Amino acid sequence: MKKLNIKNMKKSTKSNFITYAMVILVFAVVQFMVSGGMMSSLMQGLLVPLCTYSIVAVGLNLCVGYLGELSLGHAGFMCVGAFSSAFFTKYMVPSGMNETLRFLLAIVIGTLVAAAFGYLIGIPVLRLRGDYLAIVTLAFGEIIKNVINVMYVGRDSAGLHLSFKDKASLNLGEDGEMIVDGAKGITGTPHQSTFLIGVIILLISLVVVFHLVNSRSGRAIMAIRDNRIAAESVGINITKYKLMAFSISAAIAGAGGVLYAHNLSTLIALPANFGYNMSIMILVFVVLGGIGSFRGSIIAAVVLTMLPEVLRGLADYRMLIYAIVLIIMMLFNWAPKAIEWRQRFSLKRLFHKNTEEVQ
Amino acid sequence: MKKLLTAMMVGVLAVGSLAGCSGGGEKEEKKSADAFYIGGIGPTTGAAAIYGNAAKNGAQIAVDEINAAGGINGVPIEYNFQDDQHDAEKSVNAYNTLKDWGMQILYGTVTTGPCIAVADKTAQDNMFQLTPSASSTDVIVNDNAFQVCFTDPNQGIASAQYIAQNNLAEKIAIIYDSSDVYSSGIEEKFVEEAKTQNLNVVSVEAFTADSKTDFQTQLQKAQDAGADLVFLPIYYQEASIILKQADTMGYAPTFFGVDGLDGLLTVENFDTSLAEGVMLLTPFAADAQDEATVNFVTSYQEKYGETPNQFAADGYDSIYTIKAAIEHAGVTPDMDASSTCDALKAAMTEITVNGLTGDELTWEATGEVSKAPKAVVIQNGAYVGME
Repeated sequence: MKKLNIKNMKKSTKSNFITYAMVILVFAVVQFMVSGGMMSSLMQGLLVPLCTYSIVAVGLNLCVGYLGELSLGHAGFMCVGAFSSAFFTKYMVPSGMNETLRFLLAIVIGTLVAAAFGYLIGIPVLRLRGDYLAIVTLAFGEIIKNVINVMYVGRDSAGLHLSFKDKASLNLGEDGEMIVDGAKGITGTPHQSTFLIGVIILLISLVVVFHLVNSRSGRAIMAIRDNRIAAESVGINITKYKLMAFSISAAIAGAGGVLYAHNLSTLIALPANFGYNMSIMILVFVVLGGIGSFRGSIIAAVVLTMLPEVLRGLADYRMLIYAIVLIIMMLFNWAPKAIEWRQRFSLKRLFHKNTEEVQ
Repeated sequence: MKKLLTAMMVGVLAVGSLAGCSGGGEKEEKKSADAFYIGGIGPTTGAAAIYGNAAKNGAQIAVDEINAAGGINGVPIEYNFQDDQHDAEKSVNAYNTLKDWGMQILYGTVTTGPCIAVADKTAQDNMFQLTPSASSTDVIVNDNAFQVCFTDPNQGIASAQYIAQNNLAEKIAIIYDSSDVYSSGIEEKFVEEAKTQNLNVVSVEAFTADSKTDFQTQLQKAQDAGADLVFLPIYYQEASIILKQADTMGYAPTFFGVDGLDGLLTVENFDTSLAEGVMLLTPFAADAQDEATVNFVTSYQEKYGETPNQFAADGYDSIYTIKAAIEHAGVTPDMDASSTCDALKAAMTEITVNGLTGDELTWEATGEVSKAPKAVVIQNGAYVGME
C-alpha cells in the first residue's frame, strides 16, 4: 500500500521527502551518539553552527536558485536577525519571563525583523534589472555592520536610551545597564540554541521553501527567473513575487541569525561573522551544493563548516587543504567530464538495472 | 539522480567523520597522568594574527624553559595552541578541540571578543582560565577566569591620572578606534576620569576599522582646538600613520599612548625619529635592561627572528603564573579539570609573581591583576623609563 503511494508520488514530492528523511536521520544518529557518549565535544559544539549555516544556505538558495537574483548580503540579514533577537532576549531577561516562551518569541522577532529589512530593501531594488540587487545587498550588509558598531542602547529605571555617539551621552542612571554597547555588541545572551531547536527550524524552513517552490507562487517566481518578459506578458505581477521570495529568503537567514546569537554569549558585528566574507561563504555553500537544490545546500554547509575544524590536526595546512577541497568539489559538481562520469557510474542507474532484471 | 548520489556519498562521509572523530577523541583523551595539559587559544591567522602569534610564541618559550628545568614539581607541560581567527564561534570550536585533547588548564584567549564567548564555556565546565591579553572586564565576570594584562578601564584611568599628576597637558585631544572594543573601552574611562581630574579634553575624534589609513581630519580638529597633548588609546600601526601625518602637517603636540603603542619602533618603513618624545603607559619594554627581560628577548629573537612585544611578554608571564599557582595549590596532573580549577582559583589570590610585565603581580578574587603601569618615553629610538 505504502509502496504504491511512493510510486505514485510526484518526483518533486519524493525528493522533498528524501530531504526531510535525511535531516531527521542525521538528527536521530547524532542524538543516539550523544546519549551514548560517542561524540567528541568539538562535534557537540559544532552541531548548532551546522544548523545555523544550513538554514542560512537554504534561505539564500531560494533567492539565488529560484528567484535568480544574486544576493551578497545574507550575512547582513543574519546580523539583523541575530541582533534584534538578542536585544529582545537581553531586554526580557530581568522580567522573569518563561525561558522557552521568550526564546520562541525571540525566534519570531528575529525572523520578522529580517523579513522586514528584506522587504524594505527589495521595494526599490527588485524593480531594477541586472546586477543591482547584488550590489545593494552587498552595501546593506556592510552598512548594518557599521551601524550596529556605533549603536549604544542602555536601560535604566527611566526606560530605554539610544545614542549613536558614545556610552556617556546615554546619561544612564545609577541602575543603568547596557544592552547594546557599540563595538562590544551584546554580551551575556543566555545559551538557548540547542541542536533540537536548530533541526526544528531547519525542517520548518525546508517545509516553507518546498511548499513555496511547488506552489502557484513558486511557479510564478521561476517563470520570472526564466523569462521576465514572457512572465510579464502573461500577467504575473513581477515585483510582488520577487518581493515575496526575497523577503522569505531574508526571513530564513534571520532565523539562522537568531540561532547564532543564542549559541554564543557574545555577539559582535565583525567582518568575520557578519561581513562580506560570510555572505560569500554562504554563497559558496549554495553554489557547491548545487543552485536550486536545498538538500545540496545543507550538505555543502555541513561539510564545509565541519572541514576546517576536523582538519585542525594538520595545523597551518588546514586552510590550504580546505581550498583544495573547495576546488575539487566544484569540479566534481560542475565539470562536464565529471558529470558524465557520475552519470555512467550512478548508483541510481545500477539500481534501475537491478529492478528491471527482477521484473 | 546525480544529486542523490552526491548526497549519499557526502552523507556517508559526514557520518563517517563524525564517528571517526569521536573515536579519535576518546583515544586521545588524557593519554597519561604524567603531564599538565595546557591549551592555548588565539588568532594565528587572519587580521589579528600578530597578537595571537606573539602570545603563542611567548608562552612557548616559557614552556620550553620550564620543561628544560624539569617541569612543574617534576611534571612536564604539554602545550597545544589552537587558532581561532579572532572569531567567537571558531574560538569555541578551538576550545572544544582542546577539551577533546585532554586540556586541564586554558591559557587564553588572546583577543577580547572571542574570550567572552569562551569564558562562558569555561564557567560551565569549571575549567581554569588565564588570559594573557583579553582586557575587557566582561572576560572575568566568572570566578574561574583571571587576567595577566591590565583591564581597559584601569588603563584609561591610570593614563588620565598620570597626565594630571605630572601636569603634562593643558588641553587634550583623543583619537580612538570606535569599532574596537579595546580602544573604545579605554577612551570611555579616560574621559570619565579626566573629568574628575579636571583635565580639559577639547576634542574626541573617532575612526573605525574601515577608515584607518587617513587621520588628517582628526589631527586637524585636534590642532584647531589647540590641544597640546594627543591621547592615542590605539594600536601601533595606526599610531605610526598618525605620527607621520602630524609631522607633515607641522603639528607637534605630545603624544601619549597605552600598551597598544608598544611595537611602534618595529613598524616597517617607519621613521623612528618621528616617535621621539612619544610617551606610553606599558607594562613591558623590550629593551629594558633587567636580566629576565634580556634573556627573554634574546631567546625570542633567536627562535622567531623578531623583537617580542607586550603580548609575548604577557604570554610568558601567564605560563609562569600558572606554574606558580600549581605549585602553591599542590595540583597534581591526575586531577581532572574541575578540581584543578577549584584549587587554582583559591591559589591565584595568594600568589605573587615577578614577571616581565611588572614586579609582584597579585590577583584579586575578581580575576583582575594588580601591577604598576610603567610610563616610558621614546628617546633616541629607545624606550626610557619615566619617573
